[in-house]
Amino acid sequence: MYDVIVIGAGVIGCSIARELSRYQIKIAVLEKCSDICEGTSKANSGIVHAGYDAKAGSIKSKLNVEGNRMMESLSKDLDIPFHRNGSLVLSFREEEREILEDLLQNGLKNKVPDIRIIKKEEVQHLEPNISEDVVAALYAPTGGIICPFTLNIALAENACTNGVEFFLETEVVNIEKQQRNRSSNYQIQTSNGRFDSRIVINAAGVYADNIHNMVSENKIKIIARKGEYCLFDKNLGSYIKHTLFQTPGKFGKGILVTPTVHGNLMIGPTATDVENKELTTTTQSAMEEIIAKAERSVKHIPKRQIITSFSGLRAHTEGNDFIIGEVVDAPGFIDVAGIESPGLSCTPAIGKFVAELVTDIDIIPLVKKIDFISTRKGIPHIIELPKEERDKLIKETPAYGNVVCRCETITEGEIIDAIQRPIGAKTLDGIKRRTRSGSGRCQAGFCTPKIMEILARELQINLEDISKSSGESNLIIGKNKEIGWMNK
Amino acid sequence: MESFDIIIIGGGPAGLAAAVAAKEEGCNSILIIERDKELGGILNQCIHNGFGLHTFREELTGPEYAERYIERVKELNIEYKLNTMVIDINSKKQVTAMNKTEGHFTIQAKAIVLAMGCRERARGALGIPGYRPAGIYSAGTAQRLVNIEGLMPGKEVVILGSGDIGLIMARRMTLEGATVKLVAELMPYSGGLKRNIVQCLDDYQIPLRLSQGTEEYFSCDTLLLSVGLIPENELSQGLGINIEKITSGPIVNDQLETSEEGIFACGNVLHVHDLVDFVSEEASLAGRNAARYVIVSAEMRESLAKINLIELISGKGVRYTVPKYINPIKMDEVVTVRFRVDKVYREGSIRVTFDNNEVWKRRKKIMAPGEMEEVKIKRQDVMSESKLQNITIEIIE
Repeated sequence: MYDVIVIGAGVIGCSIARELSRYQIKIAVLEKCSDICEGTSKANSGIVHAGYDAKAGSIKSKLNVEGNRMMESLSKDLDIPFHRNGSLVLSFREEEREILEDLLQNGLKNKVPDIRIIKKEEVQHLEPNISEDVVAALYAPTGGIICPFTLNIALAENACTNGVEFFLETEVVNIEKQQRNRSSNYQIQTSNGRFDSRIVINAAGVYADNIHNMVSENKIKIIARKGEYCLFDKNLGSYIKHTLFQTPGKFGKGILVTPTVHGNLMIGPTATDVENKELTTTTQSAMEEIIAKAERSVKHIPKRQIITSFSGLRAHTEGNDFIIGEVVDAPGFIDVAGIESPGLSCTPAIGKFVAELVTDIDIIPLVKKIDFISTRKGIPHIIELPKEERDKLIKETPAYGNVVCRCETITEGEIIDAIQRPIGAKTLDGIKRRTRSGSGRCQAGFCTPKIMEILARELQINLEDISKSSGESNLIIGKNKEIGWMNK
Repeated sequence: MESFDIIIIGGGPAGLAAAVAAKEEGCNSILIIERDKELGGILNQCIHNGFGLHTFREELTGPEYAERYIERVKELNIEYKLNTMVIDINSKKQVTAMNKTEGHFTIQAKAIVLAMGCRERARGALGIPGYRPAGIYSAGTAQRLVNIEGLMPGKEVVILGSGDIGLIMARRMTLEGATVKLVAELMPYSGGLKRNIVQCLDDYQIPLRLSQGTEEYFSCDTLLLSVGLIPENELSQGLGINIEKITSGPIVNDQLETSEEGIFACGNVLHVHDLVDFVSEEASLAGRNAARYVIVSAEMRESLAKINLIELISGKGVRYTVPKYINPIKMDEVVTVRFRVDKVYREGSIRVTFDNNEVWKRRKKIMAPGEMEEVKIKRQDVMSESKLQNITIEIIE
């Protein structure tokens, strides 16, 4: 019997699990994919919003500003890249100034620090490549950019270090409520056996409605809202410095243009509601749309420098706010649903908020551990280390001197580290999200065979069993000539 | 700081030929830096034949061709470092690299030969929409898996793009038991050599579809992309050398020297070649000139640098030329100018004009973007024209 089971190992589930691992309770995280960070958490803008956008008074607004504030120390504790690059909401017509003013007032109500409206000249001074059409902007210096993968992975690793058990490839198929007086418990049937828990936390992303509806008569619906992005070569990392939003209005919600925390340039996302919750396809029309709209914000989008495009699904709800709380007809069952933008920004605040909820529900006594480990050391990125540290590391472990991914300068040592750490990488994409190898301009053309070899060696598995990501995504089907024989 | 007269970045066909030529020219202090575990570069995975017809007058496989140069490098006692990645080259000609045994280190060069080769254009650069499943490889990655690792990516294959590696892989996958359903090309002409279309597709009844503007569904478990090669000039950018937009390679003079004095470029980092034989020829020239650069005195260099260069102009139908400039004093007896045409020409002519005077014209049965063309510019012709400013190469239909 677990005290708490979290369903979903995305950034929200892992943040909650880590927060609860401060207490002397037994916690498990169930994840249907073969790795953490496989859903919405792996395909989003990577923005830590300042908090002026969420409507004052909403749960979103409270958690956003708090999450933004908490992100700084969390990123230090977890050794992940986070940069407060500041954000600008651009207006292109005089009529849009009113909208900027509304955003400013909303931001002030939300207690967003240091926001102000700046004139064209100042915008141009901050961003020389800005479009000539810009008339003014809302400037929020606390806006930031973060690596969504390592945030998720670091939270999971740290939770794991503090005793949280992770069950991957464990899809929840049914939940039964067993109620005796106030002390309820839940039997969770999964593709990987049965799990029992006193408290269940539903952080299942776009599938949170399925999970919720297993225990409650008050049905909810999560709408998968697709967003497509284009990512550019690192050559363009300094093209702009701030995250550029557009004033919401005639042209819809607008497209953002942002540097990523790793120094790429990124544009997107679109917003299209889709029925299929696995529809992470990109489309020609969306690519054209985001490029055209991004060109409203900056002078020229160098299309030749696009290295990849991708799409993610937001967990949208009709109520337009997060659904966080104990389900009325399911005591001890907590929904953390509808976590769309600014969900990533809220991550640390949601973890804390839900831990407080668990305390308030008072089903299990929460006693703080004395040996909680609040910090986690990331995979060292050799090329960015000071010379002495780098030389020392290579001397101790020569694999750190062997560059495997040439575009991002990632060494064999970093890849081995990614495989060996808690909840280590088992797939090509797992390695990519933990180390960035394969995410550069050649898009894994050169490093794929080398990483396959390292994975096979470290995990002691056959090359045929190595996959790109979850599910049936094997990279090869067998040795040469074998298929010829199979066919004949 | 350790120092060498010439540091060659890359131990593939270009780097090897440059090293051999530099040594033969009299330079004794040469270092080749190679990132892979052996010399030979991409030739090691090109196990098909067809290499060396120009250079050795015999037909070799890729590894055999490489071996000839590797043996020569060893005979000449040219130093090389394997498993070593160059991280940075600065304008003082200091090369910073990293490997398992020496860690992170910097060495000084008097001259540098850039021979880093190229990479394949990936799916993202083409904006091919859809999911991101397993089974999509660039043709060269698949070639490495099949030929070096002995592993098959799949059994039902579609190839997008008709570059040479894609054509070679169509045959290779077929020989290994896979079914290649189609090679699809966006353009109205193939990106590869005619001989590869005949020997790799026609001989195996693999259909090649050129641009048709139609849509058709093909199921497959493997999609190989052979949609262009891009010279890997990220290191060159640290040097601030001028890059030609069309080739994505450095702009060079007839010495194959870049806009930075003493930095030379050759092979696929300069412009993408069809045949390794021409890479070797070009790289020998770069190696020889790097050696001369090191040997010649600084004063001499300075006086030669003052000479007005002749510019090669890409006229109608010509996409680019390598080299871009000729130094009339320094030039060899014959300078080979390589270029590509912009479309297929049947019964067209190549014309060379010195300023406004036509000096050479030759009819060609067929010219195509997939086959590199060349013209020879003779020193005596250049010298006989005083104050020659431009040489134009163009295609007459």
